[in-house]
Amino acid sequence: MSEIRNYTLNFGPQHPAAHGVLRLVLEMDGEVIERADPHIGLLHRGTEKLAEDKMYNQSLPYMDRLDYVSMMCNEHAYVMAIENLMDVKVPLRAQYIRVMFDEITRILNHLMWLGTHALDVGAMTMFLYAFREREDLMDCYEAVSGARMHAAYYRVGGVYRDLPDFMPKYKTSQWHNDKDIKRMNENRQGSLLDFIEDFTNRFPGYVDEYETLLTDNRIWKQRTVDIGVVSPERAHNLGFTGPMLRGSGVAWDMRKKQPYEVYADMDFDIPIGTNGDCYDRYLVRIEEMRQSNRIMKQCIAWLKTNSGEVMVDDHKVAPPKRVDMKGDMEALIHHFKLFSEGYCVPEGETYAAVEHPKGEFGIYMISDGANKPFRVKIRAPGFPHLAAMDEMARGHMLSDVVAIIGTQDIVFGEIDR
Amino acid sequence: MKSLSSYVKSFALAELVKGLGVTGRYLFKPKFTVQYPEEKTPMSPRFRGHHALRRYENGEERCIACKLCEAVCPAQAITIEAQPREDGSRRTTRYDVDLYKCIFCGFCEEACPVDAIVETRLFEYHGEEAGDLLLNKEKLLALGDKLEAEIAADREQQASVR
Repeated sequence: MSEIRNYTLNFGPQHPAAHGVLRLVLEMDGEVIERADPHIGLLHRGTEKLAEDKMYNQSLPYMDRLDYVSMMCNEHAYVMAIENLMDVKVPLRAQYIRVMFDEITRILNHLMWLGTHALDVGAMTMFLYAFREREDLMDCYEAVSGARMHAAYYRVGGVYRDLPDFMPKYKTSQWHNDKDIKRMNENRQGSLLDFIEDFTNRFPGYVDEYETLLTDNRIWKQRTVDIGVVSPERAHNLGFTGPMLRGSGVAWDMRKKQPYEVYADMDFDIPIGTNGDCYDRYLVRIEEMRQSNRIMKQCIAWLKTNSGEVMVDDHKVAPPKRVDMKGDMEALIHHFKLFSEGYCVPEGETYAAVEHPKGEFGIYMISDGANKPFRVKIRAPGFPHLAAMDEMARGHMLSDVVAIIGTQDIVFGEIDR
Repeated sequence: MKSLSSYVKSFALAELVKGLGVTGRYLFKPKFTVQYPEEKTPMSPRFRGHHALRRYENGEERCIACKLCEAVCPAQAITIEAQPREDGSRRTTRYDVDLYKCIFCGFCEEACPVDAIVETRLFEYHGEEAGDLLLNKEKLLALGDKLEAEIAADREQQASVR
């Protein structure tokens, strides 16, 4: 009998189930994984280093591009770090807008995760349904910021502009007559808040549909139950955060444990799993979408009844309004100073973390008193998750690796930075 | 008893049939698809697309070469050179936007004190040859002239929140 040798398989970087640019070197014994070795760095852009020679505000658009499916949450951690250092108080309305968009972002991220995870495992329909709902949320993004993905909407001291009071509408075309257009524009008649409210009313029904398709489905269960089990102790030791940690049964959520913005006033629950397998993490994320929906409803109710500024009135940090800038010499000087040399941040260091859809996303920032950061370190939640790939995949079959990559919700923008 | 009913359900593929029910219902609902080139999804007046340079109503170009957009651009995609014009007014002799570098953050428009550089609603552009996406002053002004009505209407509409 000839000698049997382990087979080495390169999974990715061009494999569609590798979620971007993951190169996974698998040592296989037949179809069983002996060792999984993730290689990173294929999407490294040096965001941390680039931030060191840019003014504070200029790095903000680059934060969108870290985890490119949960854009505004990345921005949130970044602006929070600067606000900590400068001791800026954000107006209440801006805090509510931020919380609402953080939760929109969470749903966006979880829908993307659900669609691709199910697609990898073999359920095509989920992907189409998830993207249908994402389209509505992308419209919300575009309505406030002008971009569907890379929003650059949060600013130090608030958010760039207040919410719009109307939604853009579909127009008649050769494909849709007036009757169709009237139906398609039905939820676009009011303001952005009305549009989001309509979405929050519809969304639980959609989640029920997803659950009908997947939760009891025998194929889905065969592919996810008891795959990639992580015990609560190991999840802690491996540095897991977010749904990965909660799926193992640890009730840890930054929004509850150290509330930022107005999360302390919000009424929501944190779902946890029991077994720590892919199926539990699926259930946790599904429930998180429902909870996000609840938080959004509370934010909408507040935002509809309260108005106010969305940016601090301190022109050493935030530029003055355009009308003021055009007529007032002092405002013009502030405008020029802010856009040419930015603002200086007092010496010190800080760590600001938010409950990002994938876990704890943190920015560690050191300032030496200049108008650009001395050092920015990004704590990407996906990195420790990916590092546990070997432990989670060992002993499983090749096709389970796909399910494990899916459940980890890997996005390379943040891991490679 | 419970195990018996779950056995029957499992044998009858109950959960799969339910799932098919969901997809089956959508078969008869109006389609969500938007037939892209002929019709388009709604676009916000805040949209940040292709750049353009604007003029005043009398045909004078707005840009005064203050170079704020060049200073604030995070990707360093804007290059400006300036000289006094024959009539003594300060104008640009060169205004380049490198669309390969641009990240469409909209900071240039935010910074501009005279509303000269704007990001328009145009998102379907392409370059046929190398260098077509390196925009110069001529191209930017031409596009600004072409889209002025739309640009002005959008800025007017957003004036209260900016």
